[in-house]
Amino acid sequence: MDFMELLNFYLMPGIVLGCIYALGAIGVTLIFSILRYAHLAHGDLATLGAFLALAIVSGFGVSPLAALPVAMIGTAVIAVFIDKAFYNHLRERPKIVTVMASLGIALMIRAVIQVVWGVDSESYVRGIVRPENYWGLRIRDREIYTIAFMIAVVVALQLFLGRSKWGKAMRAMSDNPDLALLSGIDNRKVIILTWLIAGGLCASAGVFLGLNTELKSMMGWHMLLPMFAATILGGVGRVDGAVLGGLIVGVAEELSVLVLPSEYKTATAFVILLLMLLVRPTGLLRGKVL
Amino acid sequence: MELIGLLNYALFMAIFIGIYALLSLGLNIQWGGAGLFNAGIAGFFAVGAYTSAILTSPAADGRLGGYEMPFYVGWAGAMLAAALIAWPIGKICLRFRSDYLAIATIGIAEIIRLVIKSEEALTNSARGISSIERPFGDLPYVSSQAAFLGIVLFLVIAAYFLVQRQFNAPWGRMMRAIRDNELAARAMGKNIEYRRLEAFIFGSALMGLSGAVFAAFNRSITPEAIDPMVATFLVWIMLILGGSGNNKGAILGAVIVWVIWSVSEIATDQLPHEYAVKAKYVRLFLIGLMLQLVLRFRPEGLLPERTTGVTRPEDEKSQ
Repeated sequence: MDFMELLNFYLMPGIVLGCIYALGAIGVTLIFSILRYAHLAHGDLATLGAFLALAIVSGFGVSPLAALPVAMIGTAVIAVFIDKAFYNHLRERPKIVTVMASLGIALMIRAVIQVVWGVDSESYVRGIVRPENYWGLRIRDREIYTIAFMIAVVVALQLFLGRSKWGKAMRAMSDNPDLALLSGIDNRKVIILTWLIAGGLCASAGVFLGLNTELKSMMGWHMLLPMFAATILGGVGRVDGAVLGGLIVGVAEELSVLVLPSEYKTATAFVILLLMLLVRPTGLLRGKVL
Repeated sequence: MELIGLLNYALFMAIFIGIYALLSLGLNIQWGGAGLFNAGIAGFFAVGAYTSAILTSPAADGRLGGYEMPFYVGWAGAMLAAALIAWPIGKICLRFRSDYLAIATIGIAEIIRLVIKSEEALTNSARGISSIERPFGDLPYVSSQAAFLGIVLFLVIAAYFLVQRQFNAPWGRMMRAIRDNELAARAMGKNIEYRRLEAFIFGSALMGLSGAVFAAFNRSITPEAIDPMVATFLVWIMLILGGSGNNKGAILGAVIVWVIWSVSEIATDQLPHEYAVKAKYVRLFLIGLMLQLVLRFRPEGLLPERTTGVTRPEDEKSQ
């Protein structure tokens, strides 16, 4: 196998998949570090975003990319609503109770999707898309969109967290919630902001996964493990870590096919997760360990 | 005729309640006793089911097993196998907060599901393993069911008394101390990781036993026999509704939730086919909602955990 083949059939799909995982992992890492619990419904929230986009695509006949912002906003609002309705009152209790509630929410979201859209696979656009050939590098338009969107999101988010007042408030709450509260940061607003960002990005992960593969009611649940592996690999609380982790997990999953039977692709993320917890629980970029 | 049908159904349901009560007791050791979040209950259940199936089923070409051992060997093997799977997971994850264990157990359940689906030499993949040894399987139908129920009841009662004894022993007090105030327990010189590992392994072994009983009851096991997410979640709602930390509560929860779950299934199966399929998801949604409501309005469950000793007001406040 020459290098171009490796690049076209393993690395490129791995990077695209990695970008999708990264979009989800950013939300997971923000929630894990600011609200301090593992949000197990994140995968199914992504599925919800993907199916909202499907509803818009089939309802108005627009392209999936045009439906993306609407689906993101919709999912972000739903995420805030879920927090208000189900997580908010558990805030004073041990955090693990919220983890349990989120497992229930995952089931509820999935049940809604299965009732409304059924359990069969769907797709945004019918027909096969042939990849374009750029000097031997075969790449589809949708793959370029996925990568470009992820890069744009990360740059915007890093600027927001680093420069803006609310971004700094979010980082402060991640570092030390009590101190943040004492210095006059409105915790409730930071929490809403976190859910808006995490929910929106989560929906985009679902939409791009649906665009690059197909839409299934279990697609998000299967993404949960890679997203958490990416979060821990990069370091909890680090947005750049989530991106790095997502890319590594995505590429590792695609490359694993070379040595493992393809059924065990998803096992790669699990192995990475356990390995990191064993050797370096802070992650590659020195995040925190809760 | 009607009466016999009803009796059969009651026996069938009681056996299932027993199987779930074992799972719920297992989870109570982990969550109720030690505060460990196991989100991969179905995985340990499946390991138990397949281990006992491999040990007790007759020989077959092209796959491992067929040792035709007596059922109790298979069931003991199931407990051992589930414990062996739990050991490395616990070893790695129990140093951290329980969130990490939750993710890792979701992962291990997923891997177990993949192995079961794709390793033909081990589990006969999609076709599953059949003719598993079932105790009293030669008797006529009704008496065979009744005898099997007897075995299940014996197991549940034995498990209840053993777990209860363990909870009331110094070990139980120590586990509660670790659960409620890790730092103080550590300062008292308790080996927290090791103790949590004990609780995690005991609980998982009980889940493995439950899987073995399930496989023996059905005389076969296939990858589609149970829906992993649904089974795991049902056990969680059983324990939380019944009262985590209370073994009677764990069993009560299993009874209530399983009766609601299976009676509502019968009810919705009367609907035309297209609605019946959707009704399953509606029921799942309602079970999820039930968990949220219990967590919000009655977090201690129907039978709250009994704590002996005096709780001073200032202790209450500091928690």
